[in-house]
Amino acid sequence: MENTGREKTLWTIALVLVLIFALIPVLWIISLSFKTPATITDQSFIPTEFSFENYESLFTGGISESPFIKPLINSLGIALITTFISIILASFAAYAIARLDFPGRSVMLAGALAIAMFPPISTVGPLFDMWRALGLYDTWPGLIIPYLTFSLPLAIYTLVAFFREIPWDLEKAAQVDGATPFQAFRKVIVPLAAPGMFTAAILVFIFAWNDFLFAISLTSSDASRTVPAALAFFTGDSTFTQPTGSIAAAAVIVTVPIIIFVLLFQRRIVAGLTSGAVKG
Amino acid sequence: MADIVLDHITKKYGDGYEAVKSMDLEIKDGEFMILVGPSGCGKSTALNMIAGLEDISDGELTIGGEVVNSRAPKDRDIAMVFQNYALYPHMTVRENMGFALKLAKVDQKEIDRKVEEAAETLDLTEHLDRRPANLSGGQRQRVAMGRAIVREPKAFLMDEPLSNLDAKLRVQMRTEVAELQDRLGTTTVYVTHDQTEAMTLGDRVAVMRSGILQQVDTPGELYNDPVNLFVAGFIGSPSMNFVHGKVSGNEIELPFATLPLTDELCGAVGDSDGREVIAGIRPEHFEDAELVGDHLGAGVTFEAKIDLVESMGSELYAYFDAGSDHVDKVEQAASEAGLDELAGGDTNQIVARLAPESKAHRGETLKLWVDQDRLLLFDPETGERLRA
Repeated sequence: MENTGREKTLWTIALVLVLIFALIPVLWIISLSFKTPATITDQSFIPTEFSFENYESLFTGGISESPFIKPLINSLGIALITTFISIILASFAAYAIARLDFPGRSVMLAGALAIAMFPPISTVGPLFDMWRALGLYDTWPGLIIPYLTFSLPLAIYTLVAFFREIPWDLEKAAQVDGATPFQAFRKVIVPLAAPGMFTAAILVFIFAWNDFLFAISLTSSDASRTVPAALAFFTGDSTFTQPTGSIAAAAVIVTVPIIIFVLLFQRRIVAGLTSGAVKG
Repeated sequence: MADIVLDHITKKYGDGYEAVKSMDLEIKDGEFMILVGPSGCGKSTALNMIAGLEDISDGELTIGGEVVNSRAPKDRDIAMVFQNYALYPHMTVRENMGFALKLAKVDQKEIDRKVEEAAETLDLTEHLDRRPANLSGGQRQRVAMGRAIVREPKAFLMDEPLSNLDAKLRVQMRTEVAELQDRLGTTTVYVTHDQTEAMTLGDRVAVMRSGILQQVDTPGELYNDPVNLFVAGFIGSPSMNFVHGKVSGNEIELPFATLPLTDELCGAVGDSDGREVIAGIRPEHFEDAELVGDHLGAGVTFEAKIDLVESMGSELYAYFDAGSDHVDKVEQAASEAGLDELAGGDTNQIVARLAPESKAHRGETLKLWVDQDRLLLFDPETGERLRA
């Protein structure tokens, strides 16, 4: 190529622009979280007075007093349980869809897609009534169930794509080698689909972690309120102060697990784990 | 170790398509049996049914005297080598080879011993801790073989195990497979579409076409005594020449010459004068007339215009035209026999394999000799071989 040098420069400029556009709000929140209440509105991008006050205020008073610790536990617990159940169910479903030829297979996939397309807001009202009648309102399962409903289609779709990539012969080989169908699935298929499982797990976790709609509608107390919903209930030090600083600090804290999660599994999400299985 | 008996085995799919039709085959203990045929002939389906990877629609399958129709693959004690090797990419060579033993809950020390022993036979010792992705095609193929032999199963099933290798490696591995099977003496069923592999490897060869078993015999018998047009055309490379022939008295008129019929062939065609047949002549039963000594026995000499000469060094292939008037009839018979599916099915051209000393030249007329005793005759309607 002739224009390699020029193309490279243009690409770099475009990349930097996109990076600035994406990162400025994040940096701003980080900056806000380190400002003192007095300087919070000084419009300076870099904090003039650097303090951990906002972070400390989130955790003062222990689990009973702090407005943040219990929601953080709720968020972690609900997101992890949702991810775990969702991945197990989705891997069975995806395996069946990818491998077996049964009547209604395409209907099932289409149904899953339809659920994913369904606007969650339209289910909130009925769910509110149903959950109150069933005693699920303001409980962990009360959030886990709708999260599963909306994350399963996503997980199934991702996993079907990964399972389809795995050569059929590997499973036949395992069966001839003496494995039961379940052993073949667990010892051969699952390890090979691991990158797909991690991808799906991250997507489900982020979905459950970030959700605001269900969290705000189906909870009423710290018993099950997750962080995104709890942020809306933050109060300032006095009636007339905005809780901007603490909200910023809380936002930074809830972003951290996502970043850790992605960084941890990023290396597992590499295609090409199956290379060498068959001729290639 | 065990014998494998297929008794009227049939595979019928949901849409009514029969991939294997009432197949009867008896594979003796320790025998190397080859299933060969063009693609789609049902040979792989038959193998998968023996392995238990596909259900048997009808018939009875016996391995080592036990009916195994309804047994899962894992309970049949057979090992399989797949066309694309199907190695587990997340396991090392050692783990790949020991996987079956581990599932069978064999003691780890015993597994190590057996795997190392097998690795030594297959020259894989230094690769034991590598993963399949880092191995060459030939090494992967050997790991796949190793995975089968550590089990010491009742039988090996191989599904075109050499077809993914390049030509040179394939020939080398072919020898290795043959030696290995000979040494282990394990009953082996080997599926291939390559007639050369079938001829060189097998104790016996089963030729299949469209789900129907055509003939089961030793490679030599298949070559010299095929039961029908399909087997005759499929076995041998270059394949047998087919020409249209007309019987008159004790002679047969071929497009290029008139040959006297042997007593045996006379009996085969009966006394029906003027009967039309398909005659089959193998390329090596022609010779350059000048080079024929007295030792070659009775034959007929004729002249042919050579269209093309291919010299292989050790031999020479001369192509000549058989004349077009017979082509239609032969083509029709050949296509009914399924030979048009095979490569190089140009019925117009006749191939003669000549000694390398031959002076055959493209475009020149050459005196050719044909061995009258080696003529095979087939019924143009059914494709069946005509015999006494």
